[in-house]
Amino acid sequence: MWEYTDKVKDHFLNPRNVGVIPDADGIGEVGSLACGDALKLTIKLDGTKHIAEAKFQTFGCASAIASSSALTEIIKGMSIDEAEKVTNEDIADYLGDLPKEKMHCSVMGRDALEKAISYYRGEAEKKVEGEIVCECFGVTDLEIERAVRENSLQTIEDVTGYVKAGGGCENCHDRIQEIIDSILGTERPAAIKKVKLTNIEKIKLIEETLEREIKPALKQDGGDIELIDVDGNRVQVRLRGNCASCSASQITLKHYVETKLQELVTSELVVEEVA
Amino acid sequence: MQTIYVDNNATTRVAPEVVEAMMPFFNELYGNPSSMHTFGGKVGYDIKDARAKIAALIGASPEEIVFTGCGTESDSTAIWAALRSNPDKRHVITTRVEHPAVKNLGEILSNRGYRVTVVPVDGSGNLDLEYLYENLSDDTAIASIMWANNETGVVFPIDEIAQRIRERGIVFHTDAVQAVGKVPVDVRDIPVDMLSLSGHKIYAPKGIGVLYVRKGTKFSPFLVGGHQEHGRRGGTENVASIVGLGKAAELAAGHVKNDMGRVAQLRDRLENALTSRVPNAVVNGDRNHRLPNTTSIAFEYVEGESILLMMDEFGICASSGSACTSGSLEPSHVLRAMGVPFTAAHGSIRFSLSTYNTEDEMDFIAEKLPPIIERLRSMSPFWQEAMAAK
Repeated sequence: MWEYTDKVKDHFLNPRNVGVIPDADGIGEVGSLACGDALKLTIKLDGTKHIAEAKFQTFGCASAIASSSALTEIIKGMSIDEAEKVTNEDIADYLGDLPKEKMHCSVMGRDALEKAISYYRGEAEKKVEGEIVCECFGVTDLEIERAVRENSLQTIEDVTGYVKAGGGCENCHDRIQEIIDSILGTERPAAIKKVKLTNIEKIKLIEETLEREIKPALKQDGGDIELIDVDGNRVQVRLRGNCASCSASQITLKHYVETKLQELVTSELVVEEVA
Repeated sequence: MQTIYVDNNATTRVAPEVVEAMMPFFNELYGNPSSMHTFGGKVGYDIKDARAKIAALIGASPEEIVFTGCGTESDSTAIWAALRSNPDKRHVITTRVEHPAVKNLGEILSNRGYRVTVVPVDGSGNLDLEYLYENLSDDTAIASIMWANNETGVVFPIDEIAQRIRERGIVFHTDAVQAVGKVPVDVRDIPVDMLSLSGHKIYAPKGIGVLYVRKGTKFSPFLVGGHQEHGRRGGTENVASIVGLGKAAELAAGHVKNDMGRVAQLRDRLENALTSRVPNAVVNGDRNHRLPNTTSIAFEYVEGESILLMMDEFGICASSGSACTSGSLEPSHVLRAMGVPFTAAHGSIRFSLSTYNTEDEMDFIAEKLPPIIERLRSMSPFWQEAMAAK
């Protein structure tokens, strides 16, 4: 269950300004059914170019409805220039905060507002700028960069919470991490390139890993391990010392030895015990 | 405020009879069954008694019952046991609609170099049996296929599946967590090698599960330690919960025999009322092959979390296939595997009844829910568009 503030609950159960203004000066539509939330914002200006009326229609969860309701309350009475400065954080603050995983609801509000303002100013619908990073939710690199900058996001999880990118198949996680790193200015050393090992290299690496990492750990428990053969990706070993008689040895093999070798040599390895 | 609990596929209330049976094992009979003294040793008899009751529920012998910590542990134990005892076989078969306990383990196995075949389902949630049978091979170490689905309640033809898999000499495991206590489950009729069940779905407490292991099935323990469960699962027995599960097994046998017809009628009453009162409300899954207590209804163009929270205001407890409730952004893998469109998947609500539900409760839900859907639709931009397009 989400921890929603009383203000979120109030704006969800008693949403303000639901509806569509028929002769609106600005219209902003964002989101889609596939994504699980969508918002249509309409605004009407008075003679002094202040927002006299703002209405919304939202398909989505409680925080999406509450964020939309909050947005309309925030912008009513504002000039267009003032409204332009409203951020997703303003919406979250108005509601007394949102769960991290739900921040995208406030971002959706901000996006709809921007679109409504563009519409009012007669600016052409902004084309999708940048390149799509997250295919599942159609999120571009520019959108991710903006969310990271404006909200000082640190992790992929944060990014998913704010703009949904990376919340589906996860194939774009490396790319999102690169964006975060480049903005935080902490370029990480390039990931160790996974090159295909030759058989000789693989066997050598397995031997080294056994000597350096695995044997010392087993020896602490009075056990030992011997490499018998490497057949393709099947690493055949024999357990010695305490390990040989230990009923947990199969667990050790699978959960420790195999995991370690997969981590340090190649993920395809399978460890087998031979008599 | 009253609580109307229709989320029994998530967990059930602990039956008062079960609580009563358990209490002495906290207060007076707190001994360890492994102890040499009479005080501890005698609770071993109570475990034996409970084991016999659970065996009787599913037509097993007591020595084929292994107590575990939960359904998930039972599933993991079964799959790892089959893989460890058939180290030369590197293929696993499962389905797209399994509980995460099996589904996520399948993904891990796939990453570890096992070949994992995931059998698809059709629009009604029924398995593609041809696909399943075609993919059985001499390299298959285990097939793990649930008896009934937790989200839609769709029941698979486990009898036929088990026969076909066993004919090939392949180990067959079924996650029967949702089936036991709702439909007849008898391992004398159905040749499964291993079967998982869970206490808290049949009015016993959380934290107790069972793995049935047919006599002669090669086995290797998942949790290694003491000699408990004949060396098949280490760890001091959860005595009170085991005794509670024994009592629950007795009750469950009665429910299956005498009460599930009534529960199905209540479910149908609710389902018919909702689908007739609410336009664009569609039942997910094959209505003719379903658990008697479950219905999954898609309310198109609204979002599930909003429905749940508005029902919560009336004390109605159900669950949703929507993305927003799970913390993930994608709707239920079960509904997506069935090809349920996003318009419907996001707004799907599962009602799962228990033997404690009443007609008045169903009528209460049928009265309160339609205005909630109407209200949310009046806020939804898609509803207006869909209606305008009509």
